[in-house]
Amino acid sequence: MYKIMKAVITVTGKDNVGIIAKVSTFCSQYEANILDISQTVLQDYFAMMMLVDVSTLSLEFGAFTDKLDTLGSANNLKIHTMHEDIFNSMHRI
Amino acid sequence: MLNTNDILETIEMIQTDHLDIRTITMGISLLDCASASGKTFSDRIYDKITRKAENLVKVGEEIEKQYGIPIINKRISVTPISLVGGNLKYDDFVLSAKTLDRAAADTGVNFIGGFSALVQKGSTPAEDALIESIPEALAETKMVCSSVNVATTKAGINMDAVKKMGHIIKKAALLTADNDSFGCAKLVVFANAPDDNPFMAGAFHGVGEGECVINVGVSGPGVVRSAIAKYKDADLAEISEIIKKTAFKITRVGQLVAREASKRLGVPFGIVDLSLAPTPAIGDSVARILEEMGLECCGAYGTTAALALLNDAVKKGGVMASSHVGGLSGAFIPVSEDEGMINAVNKGCLTLEKLEAMTAVCSVGLDMIAVPGDTEADVISAMIADEIAIGVVNFKTTAVRVIPAVGKKVGDMICYGGLWGEAPIMKINNYSPSKFINRGGRIPAPIQSLKN
Repeated sequence: MYKIMKAVITVTGKDNVGIIAKVSTFCSQYEANILDISQTVLQDYFAMMMLVDVSTLSLEFGAFTDKLDTLGSANNLKIHTMHEDIFNSMHRI
Repeated sequence: MLNTNDILETIEMIQTDHLDIRTITMGISLLDCASASGKTFSDRIYDKITRKAENLVKVGEEIEKQYGIPIINKRISVTPISLVGGNLKYDDFVLSAKTLDRAAADTGVNFIGGFSALVQKGSTPAEDALIESIPEALAETKMVCSSVNVATTKAGINMDAVKKMGHIIKKAALLTADNDSFGCAKLVVFANAPDDNPFMAGAFHGVGEGECVINVGVSGPGVVRSAIAKYKDADLAEISEIIKKTAFKITRVGQLVAREASKRLGVPFGIVDLSLAPTPAIGDSVARILEEMGLECCGAYGTTAALALLNDAVKKGGVMASSHVGGLSGAFIPVSEDEGMINAVNKGCLTLEKLEAMTAVCSVGLDMIAVPGDTEADVISAMIADEIAIGVVNFKTTAVRVIPAVGKKVGDMICYGGLWGEAPIMKINNYSPSKFINRGGRIPAPIQSLKN
């Protein structure tokens, strides 16, 4: 499997107790190291962005994103996981 | 850390505005597969295609997962079969089309293009045989796409081929009558066909291309529309700037995917095609961009000017985002594949004549247009001739993909589903061009072709 370095995880949805805890526990479970994190709550709406190092991931990146997606659905959240290059390509010259 | 707004913008583009990579197309040269035996030829092309494209779909899916961007199609284009099959006859060509279909199915791709002939100046016996076999080949296969180049600015227009294509389209419609004449949707008649086009039905791997290449076609009309929607009072120069910036971002994603696919497959990167390719999904329409600019409905006066602005700005924005730009690169206006176009035709606002005018300023031409099933072959040939003349004189690619749907009348619909969409049968002008079409011969190359 081709290994990648950094990925951006975005979590959006209705604010609730323990969202960050759930996602970060998940990351540590699969050896994804959290490099940076930012979150905002606008009224009841929660938005979090996480930059994670996924080069030492204990499973394939595709499976990691699928599991995160499932975690999101189970908690009424939208979780997207994307390689950071797509953002760099689009927004940097 | 990346800028939060940038991240959210990218996600919104993909989730809400249908940004996707329309296709990763692998071009494969079949020049080394030539044989005088139809059977040997078919065996060779099958082996080569399945070997070269073995990992195409797998790699496409991996990239899709990694970057979180949908890659709608994985496709293959091959050297025009009429060139490789110079010794073959009608039955051999039908067999080779079936082989292409089998190779496409076994590699898991969505389409395979290149059942094609380049006859802009004249045709060889093999090219004549291939063209004759197109209706049967398309009726007998699912994923094979066919194209015939009947003119270039340098060579002029081969009116004998134009005449013949009217009959071939009619026959293709007849042989697939039980499926709304679907065969015609996989057949395109070109002027100035590009060698590196990743889009169907017109993709083929040109003779000047290398052994194997990766070309990528982006999409994203929805992203452009929603970008314009945020600037209600912008003047047209500002609109052009907004489109340029958006096209840049879309194309950068295409470039990223192309580079990554090329690296993982060990195949050189060819081009990114900058086209805005619509789909029948709501919000993924080129017509709706024009309406967002301020037209009540696509087809109203002003449509051609708005489309010219859009097409130019897309190219200007996209060209800096990719190291190699090619293919068709412009806005597509296929009627059946664009929800806004279908709506405009149903309202009676968008007519065939307006579509023809629009093709003078954008990419491709009269695309996915359904006409009554009783339309004469000569009338179809004359439609082709008009459209092709626009391409030849303006030094640009134009094409005709018209569907004379058997048994259908003006006001009826044809429905294919998926990316192909659905189309209302359009009213056409039935005055006879027969005398003109039956004169045959070649229309000489225009004076602007003499550039040396």
